[in-house]
Amino acid sequence: MLGRWIDNQVWLGAAQAGVTMVAAMLVVWLTVRLKLRMEKDILVALVRGVGQIVLVGFLLTIIFTADLWIAIPVIAIMIVTASVMTIKRVSNIPNALRISLLGITAGSGLVIAVMTFLGVIEQDLTSIIPIGSMMVYGAMNTNALMMERFRSEVGSHVGQIEAGLALGASPEHVIQPYARRAVASAMTPNINGLRSLGIVWIPGAMAGMVLAGENPAYAGFYQFVVSGSIFVTAGITVIISIAMLRKQVFSKAEQLLLRSEAED
Amino acid sequence: MRRQNHHIFLSVEGLSYVVDGQTILSDITFEIEAGETVAVLGPSGSGKSTLIRTINRLDEPTSGSIKIEGEDYHAIPPRILRRRLGMVMQHPFLFPGTVAQNLCFGPLSHGENLTESEIRTLLAGVDLMGFEDRDISKLSGGEAQRVNLARTLANKPEALLLDEPTSALDEAAKNEVEATIKSVITNQKVTCLLVTHDPAQGGD
Repeated sequence: MLGRWIDNQVWLGAAQAGVTMVAAMLVVWLTVRLKLRMEKDILVALVRGVGQIVLVGFLLTIIFTADLWIAIPVIAIMIVTASVMTIKRVSNIPNALRISLLGITAGSGLVIAVMTFLGVIEQDLTSIIPIGSMMVYGAMNTNALMMERFRSEVGSHVGQIEAGLALGASPEHVIQPYARRAVASAMTPNINGLRSLGIVWIPGAMAGMVLAGENPAYAGFYQFVVSGSIFVTAGITVIISIAMLRKQVFSKAEQLLLRSEAED
Repeated sequence: MRRQNHHIFLSVEGLSYVVDGQTILSDITFEIEAGETVAVLGPSGSGKSTLIRTINRLDEPTSGSIKIEGEDYHAIPPRILRRRLGMVMQHPFLFPGTVAQNLCFGPLSHGENLTESEIRTLLAGVDLMGFEDRDISKLSGGEAQRVNLARTLANKPEALLLDEPTSALDEAAKNEVEATIKSVITNQKVTCLLVTHDPAQGGD
């Protein structure tokens, strides 16, 4: 209906966002009525959400007119931001920012470069930047989950880890079960996402392509490319991060460094 | 392993440990002869466990020196040092699996394995014959601590560092474990440093 009244696409988008915001206000009103005391958080989230995404939309309209190489600094900024956001979720891990930065850069950088080079991701900014951002976002979440879980596994198994060290075992050997659990736990949402693809949910890329009038079968294949690439990115990121992380928790004399923090 | 009399096995000199500005150990000096058993008595929080942990190098002393048979312990790779100085912690911290798997952990970590006969001998030494295939979740507190002792002995340590090995046990289990430790020390003539808050245990 809105489309009949508004010709300009940007103004149409603004009107659609406005209607969505009115619907969101109904939820805010309900939380006030139910005294859930969430209205402030919801309002801040709504304002931030609409502000950020519209700003990004305007920025992308400018970026998309630039040369292809601008993708490199844009993705680099996303990676640095993702690394900083990852370490905000984990505490007391030495060199967490360096680990996160290297892990996410290696994972997303490698997959974006290879997929773009092979033409799996089309070599234009309108493909590289949105798909690249999904990979960086996926790598960030998986890496943060892995680091949080690793921290918690080490913290709750200090006794076993030190018992192993006291028996003359190597740090790599004693930390192995906890590192494995951290990686498995972080990868589980990705695996579940692949498993439920199309049955439980139709993700954004496919939904967008179908809405834009693309062949749904092609959209399905392309969605797998996106989801599969996110999975590969997350896998490489956590494997590189855990390899660095497991060395950070021990001193050169093979003493557990996270011990005191773990016992706090 | 038998050693000559009056042969100093462990020498600690001026050992201090300070963490976050708090002094846990201050200028500790003592020597233990090979085959000798020494008890360090002190109340909770007096740094006894830290003393054992620094000697086993799970913690790094702030200053002072530790020598094993005259050799600075920094010159000994940590894994070898820890196998030579077998540590028995206050809590057993057994690994998931069977008793035999726990006993094999130390030897396997440096590429050796225990024979069935060696496992039986170790279990006989701590009075747990026939416990090889018992899952550790089925052990009582006293049994778990005796498995812990056997697991440490599986590395054939030259000395035992016992960190309040009975403090987490009830009276009956405590007596069991004490008797086992006494018998191991007597039979194997192993050098032993025991820290405890129990004067009766230290006096024995």
